[in-house]
Amino acid sequence: MNKRLMFTLPLMVFLILAGYFAVGLTKDPKKLPNMLKGKPVPDFALKPIKGRDDKGFASTDLKGETSLVNIFGSWCVACQIEHPFLMKLKAEGAVPIHGIDWREEDPDAGPDWLNKHGDPYALVGDDPRSKAAIAFGVTGAPETFVVDGDGVVRFKYVGPLNADIWRDVIEPVLRQIKPPGAS
Amino acid sequence: MTAEIGHFALVLALFVAVAQASLPLIGAHRGDPGWMALAKPTAILQFALVAVAFACLTHVFVTSDFSVVNVVSNSHTDKPLLYKISGVWGNHEGSLLLWVLILAIFGAAVAVFGANLPPALKARVLSIQAMIAVGFYLFMLLTSNPFDRIFPPPLNGRGLNPLLQDPGLAIHPPMLYLGYVGFSMAFSFAIAALIEGRVDAAWARWVRPWTLAAWCFLTGGIALGSWWAYYELGWGGWWFWDPVENASFMPWLAGTALLHSSTVVEKRDTLKGWTILLAIITFSLSLLGTFLVRSGVLTSVHAFATDPTRGVFILALLVIVIGGSLALFAWRGPKLVSTGLFQPVSREGGLLFNNLVMATACAAVLLGTLYPLLLDALGGGKVSVGPPFFNTVLIPLMIPMIAAMAVGPFLSWKRSDLMPALRRLRIALVLTIVAAIVTYAVHGDEPVLGVVALAMAVWLGTGVLTELAERIRLFRSPLSESFRRLGRLPRASWGMTIGHLGLAITIAGMAGAGAWKVESIQVMKPGDKVTVGGYEYRFTGAKAGKGPNYKFVGGQFTVSRHGREITKLTSEKRVYNVSQQPTTEAGIHTTWRGDLYAVIGDAEGSGGAFVTRLYFNPLVVWIWAGTLIMVFAGALSLTDRRHRVGAPHRKSSAVSLPGAQEA
Repeated sequence: MNKRLMFTLPLMVFLILAGYFAVGLTKDPKKLPNMLKGKPVPDFALKPIKGRDDKGFASTDLKGETSLVNIFGSWCVACQIEHPFLMKLKAEGAVPIHGIDWREEDPDAGPDWLNKHGDPYALVGDDPRSKAAIAFGVTGAPETFVVDGDGVVRFKYVGPLNADIWRDVIEPVLRQIKPPGAS
Repeated sequence: MTAEIGHFALVLALFVAVAQASLPLIGAHRGDPGWMALAKPTAILQFALVAVAFACLTHVFVTSDFSVVNVVSNSHTDKPLLYKISGVWGNHEGSLLLWVLILAIFGAAVAVFGANLPPALKARVLSIQAMIAVGFYLFMLLTSNPFDRIFPPPLNGRGLNPLLQDPGLAIHPPMLYLGYVGFSMAFSFAIAALIEGRVDAAWARWVRPWTLAAWCFLTGGIALGSWWAYYELGWGGWWFWDPVENASFMPWLAGTALLHSSTVVEKRDTLKGWTILLAIITFSLSLLGTFLVRSGVLTSVHAFATDPTRGVFILALLVIVIGGSLALFAWRGPKLVSTGLFQPVSREGGLLFNNLVMATACAAVLLGTLYPLLLDALGGGKVSVGPPFFNTVLIPLMIPMIAAMAVGPFLSWKRSDLMPALRRLRIALVLTIVAAIVTYAVHGDEPVLGVVALAMAVWLGTGVLTELAERIRLFRSPLSESFRRLGRLPRASWGMTIGHLGLAITIAGMAGAGAWKVESIQVMKPGDKVTVGGYEYRFTGAKAGKGPNYKFVGGQFTVSRHGREITKLTSEKRVYNVSQQPTTEAGIHTTWRGDLYAVIGDAEGSGGAFVTRLYFNPLVVWIWAGTLIMVFAGALSLTDRRHRVGAPHRKSSAVSLPGAQEA
């Protein structure tokens, strides 16, 4: 390669990077996390994870009743911290929880993790290539979406759920969807 | 009053820095010794002024002067003194002040101790240092003034992020900054060399101590941060690949490459352009790291939008510093002529291989850290790449590098043969295979990577020791002769041997803790027992209590093995009065075999039951022991004779005149 070009290359790479940063500056990022709020869930159809013989998990499964969609991964430390709470939710039977097993390198890792720690999910979809996760605009795991019976995203929570957040943040959303005594 | 003095000192420092950035540089260009000599007094004066500003900010924090916004947002009267002081740099504005203070310390150090530098080089280096400082002063005074007042002053402050109220974290930012800012010296020397149009052995030797010192601080800072995450976050992990950690790891990778390539410049007069580029990149990544670590401006695009002025200013600063220096590199770089030729299989070849791996690893980490931002800029939505990405990319890069690291020191400069080097490493190879077989026998093949990584650690460790034995002709000449040779080894070569040995130990720790960590998360009632990694943890109950400015619940665990009690662990879950933010203090018992680690979580029901997380982290302490050894090795190398005596002389006249630059 031309010597002069070689010495100019670092500058060009940097300028391209800086250009991206400049574009990033003009974006209003606050829109993105709530982008789906009030909109139907994106279309997706995920295969089941290994060892579960059900049909997997697809956007059509979200019609009918209010449910939670929880993004998790066996590699995600915060998910483990959240996990006992999800097990408790399942035991209480408050609302069905569906899982999206995100970015597993090893197809056995997710199922092994659920076998070890317990499986709180009604349906679980395998999403090793982030197909559904990108459609959902997931920023990291864990992340939980509240989806109403019409398949519309009503709320998104980033980070591990626990009893306090459930009481202060999620339950009010659920009450809005289904006012007490309405049914 | 104090706040005004500080503010005024900062403004004065800006003006002094402007003088320091321009006059000596013009002097060097014109060959005017009087103007060049201005570099020293201005550098010292600038340091004195920032030191006054920093002392003022510390004073308002210690006396809890709540008429200063910064103190209100980041301090509280209930806070212990140590954390009032660490509050000075525990926020965006204060951390910038610490940054320029350290920059000024380095500048003053060059001014005072750089007596053996040619005056023109010294003038240019100090001018470039001052240019960086001007950028930071303007940034502080225009967008992030630490001395802003508030009226009416509130009765008390809003506290410091309780996660930061920890002795480890009180000294972590200063350590990291000493590393980041230290690389500014390598940067300034590189830019000065580009202006002068020459890079030679003497130049490499002048830069080396600054690079080494910065590297030591950064290594120590990263280790401290990782150790803090380990015991404070309570997740049993020691590295999470989050943007803040990556921000410190990238300059480390580039700085490590720089340390190795500058040796080639010094000994063999080649790889010059590359070394200069590395110096620029290392400092550029340090700048990026600075903004990531405290200000949080680049961690997410969120912060950009919450304060666009700062975002735009930082971007402009980065473009001017990085873009400007890379443009200078594109213009002047091709003029740097390398004389030393070498074959691919040679000491230079080995060091170049190290450089390529380090640079690739660094690029991968940069990509992984910035990719979410870039994708967002392209309208691709928000994603984050998790640890799987980094592990997948970095582990395959590191394995061949470690394999080569043991061989490299056996290769001679210019041209060498691989086979004799490998033949001398046969004992190391046998030991590595034995280690792999033993590990395999103990743990089975789960996971293969753990076995490989542990074997690599043994390979590197035994390879380094073999090299040392060869060097002192152990067993090939009388023991007294070997001892005599041992005593005469230069400290720089001790630095290499011990540093590489430290890395071997760190890798062993990473292998152990990464591959065979055992964890268990469950609900425990007092008296319940759980066995983790062969250790029996008995939960003896939890008690509530009060600390100086927090309430806590402390859980007690008794750990025993084969029925014999080993230790009692106490883990606290704290809630701070002001912010109501909970933090975790893990109960840890460290042994060479591994750490026993217990964390108490939320209460479950009213029967005294708690969620508990119990871990056995094999060899984890080796990670930090190894890094500590690396820091020691760097410091040892820093005391090498060649940095102290025999000030290097350039072949031609020391003062470079305008016409002489093009040589």
